[in-house]
Amino acid sequence: MNCIIIDDEAAARAIIGQLCTNVEGLDVIEEFPNAIQAIKYLNQNEVDLIFLDIHMPDFTGFDFIETIKNPPKIILTTSDSKFAIQAFEYDCIVDYLVKPITLERFQKAIKKAKSKSVSKQESQQSEKVASSSGNDLYVNIDRRLIKIDIPSIYLVEAKGDYIHVKTETQNYTVHSTLKKIEEKLPNDLFLKVHRSYIINVDKIIDIEDNSVLIKKDVIPVSRSNRPELMKRLNLL
Amino acid sequence: MEQPNLSYIHSMSGGDKAFEEKLLDIIKNEFPLEKQVYCTNFEAGHFKATAECVHKLKHKISILGLEKSYELAQAYEANLLESNTKGHLEFEAVLKVITDYLEQL
Repeated sequence: MNCIIIDDEAAARAIIGQLCTNVEGLDVIEEFPNAIQAIKYLNQNEVDLIFLDIHMPDFTGFDFIETIKNPPKIILTTSDSKFAIQAFEYDCIVDYLVKPITLERFQKAIKKAKSKSVSKQESQQSEKVASSSGNDLYVNIDRRLIKIDIPSIYLVEAKGDYIHVKTETQNYTVHSTLKKIEEKLPNDLFLKVHRSYIINVDKIIDIEDNSVLIKKDVIPVSRSNRPELMKRLNLL
Repeated sequence: MEQPNLSYIHSMSGGDKAFEEKLLDIIKNEFPLEKQVYCTNFEAGHFKATAECVHKLKHKISILGLEKSYELAQAYEANLLESNTKGHLEFEAVLKVITDYLEQL
């Protein structure tokens, strides 16, 4: 699980960073002194968990949550317990830590974040089993359900409220989201390499720095997705 | 008067001396700046901004194990939000204790 820390206080960032070193499998990939910088980062990268300070000048933690689309899991950190009720109005918030954060309380919060991940994965998995029928995916275009052979898809690109599904023979524009189609595609064949792109790993032609070539399309690979992509490759 | 201590820092550092030093260095750098902003806002009569400063300083107070001073700061912050400076002198005494402590570290 990777995470970022957003807090205007350097001491607070250092403490959370240190507490994270006590949790196996939890990697701090970035730290930000304000929410604006974090928003820019999240536009290009995906994270599993955010430690978010509520009380920051100009742009509060709650402003941040309201701003980002599809927020990941968030653990709020604050010196005040008075925001606790407001905090739990947001589905993405898994816990609320009052500073100074103790190791014991921190570990409890991480446990909550992890259990939320597992239950989410399980429900997505069962949804996938229930809805898939072999290698076919039906998409709704102009009130017609069109069958697409899943292994023939080499790229899915998000464009606003639509996704472009590119196959060996034809391209489709469907009113849907990348998240929805990701849930319908087999994990062993497809990989989300960027917040706007899912690729068919079997169709990769080459990889260079932070991009992959698929057919004639050069697709960016975000830094957080690169390790998973590299893991999938049969490297010599 | 209550004195700062490193019990919290020791409890969460897991014996990592390098981290303890790093955190204290950060506090030594951040605290005077936060204190300065606090003083400027207080002198200018900007109560809300002063309360924001107290809020931020509260965390340093708690990191340095000053439990009673933390409660005092909390009450002072609430007063400032109502444009009331009650607790100002006591809070400044806490800042002085921390300043002296950090200087001798």
